[in-house]
Amino acid sequence: MTTWLELLGKKTLALIREMGAVIIFFGQTLRWTFSSPFYLRNLLKQMEQIGVNSVPVVLTTAISTGMVLALQSYTGFKRFGAQSLIGAVVSLSMTRELGPVLTGLMVAGRAGASMAAELGTMRVTEQIDALYTLATNPMKYLVVPRFLASTIMMFFLSGLGMFIGIAGGYFVGVKVLGTNPVTYMNQSINNTEVEDIWYGLIKSLVFGAVIGLIGCYKGFNTQGGAEGVGKATTGAVVVSCMLILILDYFLSALLW
Amino acid sequence: MPEPMIEITNLHKSFGTFQVLRGVNLTVEKGESMTVIGGSGSGKSVLIKHIIGLLFPDKGEVKVAGQVLNNLDDHQLNEIRKKFGMLFQMAALFDSLTVWENVGFGLKQHTKLSDKEVRAIATEKLALVGLKNVEDKMPVDLSGGMRKRVGLARAIAMDAEIILYDEPTTGLDPITADSINDLIVDLRKKLGVTSVAITHDMHSAYKISDRIAMLYKGEIQEIGTPDQIKGTTNPIVKQFITGSAVGPITAD
Repeated sequence: MTTWLELLGKKTLALIREMGAVIIFFGQTLRWTFSSPFYLRNLLKQMEQIGVNSVPVVLTTAISTGMVLALQSYTGFKRFGAQSLIGAVVSLSMTRELGPVLTGLMVAGRAGASMAAELGTMRVTEQIDALYTLATNPMKYLVVPRFLASTIMMFFLSGLGMFIGIAGGYFVGVKVLGTNPVTYMNQSINNTEVEDIWYGLIKSLVFGAVIGLIGCYKGFNTQGGAEGVGKATTGAVVVSCMLILILDYFLSALLW
Repeated sequence: MPEPMIEITNLHKSFGTFQVLRGVNLTVEKGESMTVIGGSGSGKSVLIKHIIGLLFPDKGEVKVAGQVLNNLDDHQLNEIRKKFGMLFQMAALFDSLTVWENVGFGLKQHTKLSDKEVRAIATEKLALVGLKNVEDKMPVDLSGGMRKRVGLARAIAMDAEIILYDEPTTGLDPITADSINDLIVDLRKKLGVTSVAITHDMHSAYKISDRIAMLYKGEIQEIGTPDQIKGTTNPIVKQFITGSAVGPITAD
């Protein structure tokens, strides 16, 4: 009995401690984001690695989601003769929900993991200590560029995902299933407000910040060799995906 | 008498419940070469990390060039760190940068020199450590000995006053290891720097040191010149320098 309680207590304490550590890390990241020097070259390089190199993955995910969404909602809506509404379903789902969330999950898997693995390796091979000894703050040199790049690029990737998903839905709805293109477009446009797009993009900014923060935190605090790097990488993906899904609900409720 | 370059007083450090350092006192004079010897887990690495402010004491203080490190803010700490060069055990070269970018890293960060000028200085420092035509290689393409040389070139690139060596010969074959020893002695003659090394390689310790200090169980057991250490009567030190499994030190 006591051992169970002990274990529960230890796990809870560890969780709370880690949450505190992440919050402190976040505070430090913000602090160093707004103080000179700025490593513009690092930022651009990370924007390429996190953003540009994620485009194929995001495109594939978004287009298949848009297409499947059109196909599935058609099947359901046909039962009560509402096929004309699938345009609205696709565009609303893509902008408010699926664009940001799926992009977030894909970027967490791709870029979040690589951030954690790279910083983790730098930690265990003492490259992070070497930065300190060269009078360079690794929070500024490594963490801030990755955090900013992932926040900024999630905004654009997610916008791209929304657009491509809607295009995929249009292709299936109109070209494959034969819905009237004018009705499809009108339904999409009339039922999607500019706010819906903004809600989605604001979510993406938050998800991008989460991916950058968790990826860097896990990598930066890696302990113990190759195994530690593996753990940090897994941890980064799992924790950022869970946070994305949890925050998604609260952001949806908040931004309704 | 001039002020010592490094003055460590009553330094205590624990990780969790494990006391690594229990009151270390150590003074390094300007221009002196001090080597701290000790077994694995004796706290040598923890000690050297305190000297450059990678770790801070729980109790006691570390003074470098008259300044107590624990009292400094980030900016002041960085200014102090510019006096240092550190050679890491596995060299810790930045593997996303080329050799010359590694050597010139500090210059690039802290001076307004152009890439061309930084590269020229990097080439000059690489020549000092006996390397030629490696500027554009990536660290992964170098052998262990070459990496250490590049790491050393990076450590001296900013004209450091103090060089810290973390196990400079570990992981190298005996001949390469000795060439690194020669290099350390040679650089000291040429640059007149203060140096602190940690090692468990006694051959290296005798060769590069003015004085040797033995760290055991978080305390300094004995400090002396290589000859004094060779003639020690302290059973712990004697066992360590002769490399015997029999004696007061037990392998854990």
